[in-house]
Amino acid sequence: MHLGAVDWGVISLYLVFVLGIGIVSSRMAKSGNDFFLAGRAIPAWVCGLAFISANLGAQEVIGMGASGAKYGIATAHFYWIGAIPAMVFIGVFMMPFYYGSKARSAPEYLRMRFDEKTRGLNAVTFALMTILNSGISMYALAKLIQTLHVFDAPFAALHLPQAWIFHGAILTAATVVLVYIYMGGLRGAIYNEVLQFFLIVAGFAPLVWLGLRQVGGWEGLQTTLGPSYTHAWAGMAHASTNKLGVDWFGLTMGLGFVLSFGYWCTDFLVVQRAMAANSMSAARRTPLIAAGVKMFIPFIVILPGLIAIALTSAPDRAGHAPPPVAAGHIVQHEPGVIPIKIDSATGKPMLDARGRPQLDYDLATPNLLLRYFPTGMVGVGLTALLASFMSGMAGGVTAFNTVFTYDIYQAYIRRKASDQHYLMVGRLATLFGIVASVAAAYLCSQFNNINDFLQLVMAFVNAPVFATFLLGMFWKRTTGHGAFIGLAAGTLTAAIHHGMTLPMDDLPGLKGGWIAVTHTYASEMAQNFWIAIWAWSACFITTIVVSLATKPKPEAELAGLVYSLTPKIMPQKGAWYMNPVLLGVIMLTITVALNLLFR
Amino acid sequence: MLFDVRLPIGLLFLAIGLLVAATGLTGDKAALDAHSAGVNIDLIWGAIMAGFGAIMLVLAALARRRGDEPPL
Repeated sequence: MHLGAVDWGVISLYLVFVLGIGIVSSRMAKSGNDFFLAGRAIPAWVCGLAFISANLGAQEVIGMGASGAKYGIATAHFYWIGAIPAMVFIGVFMMPFYYGSKARSAPEYLRMRFDEKTRGLNAVTFALMTILNSGISMYALAKLIQTLHVFDAPFAALHLPQAWIFHGAILTAATVVLVYIYMGGLRGAIYNEVLQFFLIVAGFAPLVWLGLRQVGGWEGLQTTLGPSYTHAWAGMAHASTNKLGVDWFGLTMGLGFVLSFGYWCTDFLVVQRAMAANSMSAARRTPLIAAGVKMFIPFIVILPGLIAIALTSAPDRAGHAPPPVAAGHIVQHEPGVIPIKIDSATGKPMLDARGRPQLDYDLATPNLLLRYFPTGMVGVGLTALLASFMSGMAGGVTAFNTVFTYDIYQAYIRRKASDQHYLMVGRLATLFGIVASVAAAYLCSQFNNINDFLQLVMAFVNAPVFATFLLGMFWKRTTGHGAFIGLAAGTLTAAIHHGMTLPMDDLPGLKGGWIAVTHTYASEMAQNFWIAIWAWSACFITTIVVSLATKPKPEAELAGLVYSLTPKIMPQKGAWYMNPVLLGVIMLTITVALNLLFR
Repeated sequence: MLFDVRLPIGLLFLAIGLLVAATGLTGDKAALDAHSAGVNIDLIWGAIMAGFGAIMLVLAALARRRGDEPPL
């Protein structure tokens, strides 16, 4: 696939606008409050769209497509059981404390509510993980661009080695994000995230439309792929009767409660967008407005995966193995949209435990895009991919520079300095964060397993966090010692559980079982969900026990930080859509309807 | 100084939309259609994007004429 002049034109226009928005926002970034919190002056709808966009990184767009191809519409559980209920919860119940406490970051809330050590632990792990995450995502993007071969021609024309495509992709993306955040801070990031949101939709919606036309619509997908692909709740009664290898309890507790609430209700990358809102009401409505859009995102990120698998028959034609889908008849198209995974070391197809070639699911969405978009639309599609990558990365970088400046630098390095000083530190932290992400991306490209390893460590650290915030906000008796020891106990439990269990068909090692295999899960996903459940429970119980044995903070210090000691917010007079509770109920109702529709 | 984010969104979508729609009008029709399953997706989607951009610009202009506080 060669890019035409129009495609380059579209991509260039995008880059010019993104940088332009950075420059315009820089005129408004005069103080720390402007740079780190966008002056707390952004209206709810803008924060809401930025909220979605910051969480619609390239990893999600590619990963959800891959998961759609592998597991079918059940992938939508990540939205309809996962994200939405948690987003409603933070908007209705938790935002009053985040926004009302005037904390500048999530770790800072922990300092106000608990103590310095709990904040320190949360700040340092968050900063580290955010950087690593952005490095992993940068690596994935660069690798993808290399695999798609879209930039081969221009690099050949410039007599540059093809290996430089990887470097070029990383450096270009990193530099653009650096410029607009360095200049405009959170405001630059948020304005751009709104723009990027519309571009992501503009790039993927027509792909779904064309793809569905080709496979005969939703009915066509149902007949081609069979019920296991098109029903989200089919066979969920037992782990062995569905593709995810998870039963309904593991799914709702592990994913729906622990992991989703842990991410959507405590991760500062998420919370920061709402903290930038111009009023308490707008801050509460931010995640709710986002939920209203988020619940339909599966249709543009997961459906391409289903369409791609419906159009794929590569393993069958190659004569190596039966079609990837057991049930239903596979339409033959040449060549398959999803290629066979090739081992980069040997150049041979990678085989699964039963000796069948594995499909490279990560290429489902990008290949579909190259297949159906002619020159012109390819530019729009690649721009969407680039926009999703940048919005995700910018989300991480803005959260990092704030946590670094306020929760690490101001807390431990220089306590009392001028606002201008911290503004400068924030800009330098942006630069440092991006350089460190690039370094992490190269680390990933050097060591094959490091990506898996990092994600594992993040899972250990993330799983228990929600218990700490939940107890902190809703039980005034929770103490700092309880929170800190609870977090440590949760992370430790996660690691031990991982060390003693193993997904089916895997060998002990990075996938688990490095202590002793006492239990085997039907899938890696099931193992992840159960690790989260155990870690959360350990943190929850430990925090309670230690809190009861230690001295709580005086109640006067907890006003505005804990539910029972904070005056209730009276419902505002105004239009119905200004009422967070009503909005929350509406969002949950639609989500239930979606679950029923695709059951 | 405040500015309305609908302005850059409108301008960018209008520009990209017109560019892509023009490609759909002037390009090699057979090749375009063959690529995207018999649909001139460049023309159709380009027009939709340009239309969306135009609506954003109109909304921003109306807000400015009313003298509203810009939403950003």
